[in-house]
Amino acid sequence: MTREMTGAEMVVQALIDQGITHIFGYPGGAVLPIYDALFHTDKVKHVLVRHEQAAVHAAEGYARSSGKVGAVLVTSGPGSTNAVTGLADAMMDSIPVVCFTGQVPTHLIGSDAFQECDTVGITRHCTKHNYLVKSINDLPRILHEAFYVASAGRPGPVVIDIPKDVQFATGTYSRPTSNQHKTYRPQIKGEMSKIKAALDMMKTAKRPIFYTGGGIINSGTEASALLRELVRTTGFPITSTLMGLGAYPASDRQWLGMLGMHGTYEANLAMHDCDLMIAIGARFDDRITGRLDAFSPGSKKIHIDIDPSSINKNVKVDLAIVGDCAHVLEDMVRLWRTSNATADKAALKDWWGKIDGWRQRNCLAFTPSQDIIKPQYAIQRLYELTLGKDVYFTTEVGQHQMWAAQFLRFEEPNRWMTSGGLGTMGYGLPAALGVQFAHPGALVIDVAGEASIQMTMQEMSTAAQYHLPVKVFILNNQYMGMVRQWQELLHGGRYSETYSEGLPDFVKLAEAYHARGIRCDKPADLDAAILDMINYDGPVLFDCIVDPAENCFPMIPSGKAHNDMLLGDAAQDIGSVIDEKGKMLV
Amino acid sequence: MNQTHYPAQTRSEPVSRHTLAVVVDNEPGVLARIAGLFSGRGYNIESLTVSETEHEKHISRITIVTAGTAQIIDQIKNQLERLVPVHRVVDLTLTNEALEREMALVKVVGKGEQRVEALRLAAAFGARTLDASLVSFVFELTGTTEEIERFIRLMTVVGLVEVSRTGVAAISRGSESM
Repeated sequence: MTREMTGAEMVVQALIDQGITHIFGYPGGAVLPIYDALFHTDKVKHVLVRHEQAAVHAAEGYARSSGKVGAVLVTSGPGSTNAVTGLADAMMDSIPVVCFTGQVPTHLIGSDAFQECDTVGITRHCTKHNYLVKSINDLPRILHEAFYVASAGRPGPVVIDIPKDVQFATGTYSRPTSNQHKTYRPQIKGEMSKIKAALDMMKTAKRPIFYTGGGIINSGTEASALLRELVRTTGFPITSTLMGLGAYPASDRQWLGMLGMHGTYEANLAMHDCDLMIAIGARFDDRITGRLDAFSPGSKKIHIDIDPSSINKNVKVDLAIVGDCAHVLEDMVRLWRTSNATADKAALKDWWGKIDGWRQRNCLAFTPSQDIIKPQYAIQRLYELTLGKDVYFTTEVGQHQMWAAQFLRFEEPNRWMTSGGLGTMGYGLPAALGVQFAHPGALVIDVAGEASIQMTMQEMSTAAQYHLPVKVFILNNQYMGMVRQWQELLHGGRYSETYSEGLPDFVKLAEAYHARGIRCDKPADLDAAILDMINYDGPVLFDCIVDPAENCFPMIPSGKAHNDMLLGDAAQDIGSVIDEKGKMLV
Repeated sequence: MNQTHYPAQTRSEPVSRHTLAVVVDNEPGVLARIAGLFSGRGYNIESLTVSETEHEKHISRITIVTAGTAQIIDQIKNQLERLVPVHRVVDLTLTNEALEREMALVKVVGKGEQRVEALRLAAAFGARTLDASLVSFVFELTGTTEEIERFIRLMTVVGLVEVSRTGVAAISRGSESM
């Protein structure tokens, strides 16, 4: 289809051609023509947020929960600078987002015009790629190329900065017939000889482990299905990063729980003691590895990743397979099957024996209380009471996020939206809005902290406007809990500026936003209150008053190795694994 | 306990100098992307040379001289290849003794014996004299970075006042091409 239209109309037409149903944004002078074009279509629904950061997080939530590309529309200057945090977040977590930014007219670029900023300059390092469109003739190509770049290979955010005169200019729009990009062609299929070599290593491994990450989720539901098949046929244990939760069902026996700084004892010790690590779609982040020179010292490492720059970046691996997780997993499953491969069963049995011993430690145990709600207990109840429902969880960042990762047990991918790499407080509520748009009938819960939620609190107004029944479950411990925890452990308990003073009354605040406010501070009342929240047809702010002193364990203090974990008081002391140095250091 | 929540630096591997040839689309901002990648990730740029090499296709060739451990050099190559407008990255140091040349324009000012010596040294190095006045010369010298360095050091003694250098241009030997 080739048609004459304005630049602004091209933007809307490209959205329609790309199958984009929702775009999250905020209008302003430099994007008025595009807003005018949106006014004339009912094929793309614009969602008005209250701050541009939230527009990007909402698009991330939409993308992460649906597997589609998220779309954002903001104005020039402050519109684009406000979007930067969201873009950086999407960059770190590899979320496909296309963000349209308005720009001052081309003849004013560089003149410090009103609401001008160097958007492509500012976003260069927090986007996968960005464009400044200087001619209407380039616009149709760039529009479609942006969607390709955002979603191909390792996904990420792409910015298209469109000066206002280009939005007004008329040109010929056509949708490119080929998706071929002249330079950007990520490798999808893994090299067969390397896949065979990987299988050979797996057949003889005595203490193998799968270590998987967000790449599996990004690769699509097919990748999760293939991962399950491979893990089950091999009988190997599996752990995952924060970003990869849900790719493998948490109810399965072979699942060891999350690994890393606040991962489980069994997952981290298995990583430390394994003789073969199969990393798939994970990037050896510092929250995962802990002390690098003591990271899984005795293992051979296989790394499967679509991004060659993730390989050997932090940890040197023995075998690297560049390719898309789903494609490589498909080959692995097929070859394992057709070659009638078997793992070293006897060795695996011993390995599982060892792992089961670590599991006995019950590392997530906490001391229950009749008087005060323990945050872990709150998440546990939230999980139990939403079990079996069509539920999606988002989080903010901090202790509550780690407890959510530990106590919510995911069976399916795309059900868990959290800010992993950048660690953006304020991510959860706007992300939940995006998730709710992608899944209108689903139960969407943002597990929040009382500090994080205040960073993007204004989005309650968006929830009200669009009748989005998102539930914000605030673990209110009156502290920036994770920072307080570090201050307790590393800075002599000097809680510098981490006490949440002057907190709003969240119940009244909810009411002010036309939402339901619920407060609960007694363990005995918690179940009824959570059910009340779930059953309410509309947005809810749930102010769950929890133990302010609780710390998040297990924990690998940074600079320590995986076998150097701190456990909570309630975890089982099984003696043999621990040596000296008191109860705290294990 | 470690006072930070980041792992400590553990590596101390030998650092070596590498020359990378990067073929890119000559589009606005491509140099900023590459220079920004180096500064943003803490890599070194010792020399950077850019010019369009194929006008019709809008292709430029960027030659970067950088230094790092083997692992860092590998990272630099992978990170560069991740940039959308980058076509190819070749580590010329790893190909068989690639040819590397740079050009320098050197201005010396002096009189008498010093002036004669400057001219004599320039002739010894095979430098061309581009400009001369009664009290000055401008020499042009093309050579390896080391030759240029040596020439500049000598010229310093005989009245060097100004230097302009191009940075390294490099190409592999033999019939293979990028």
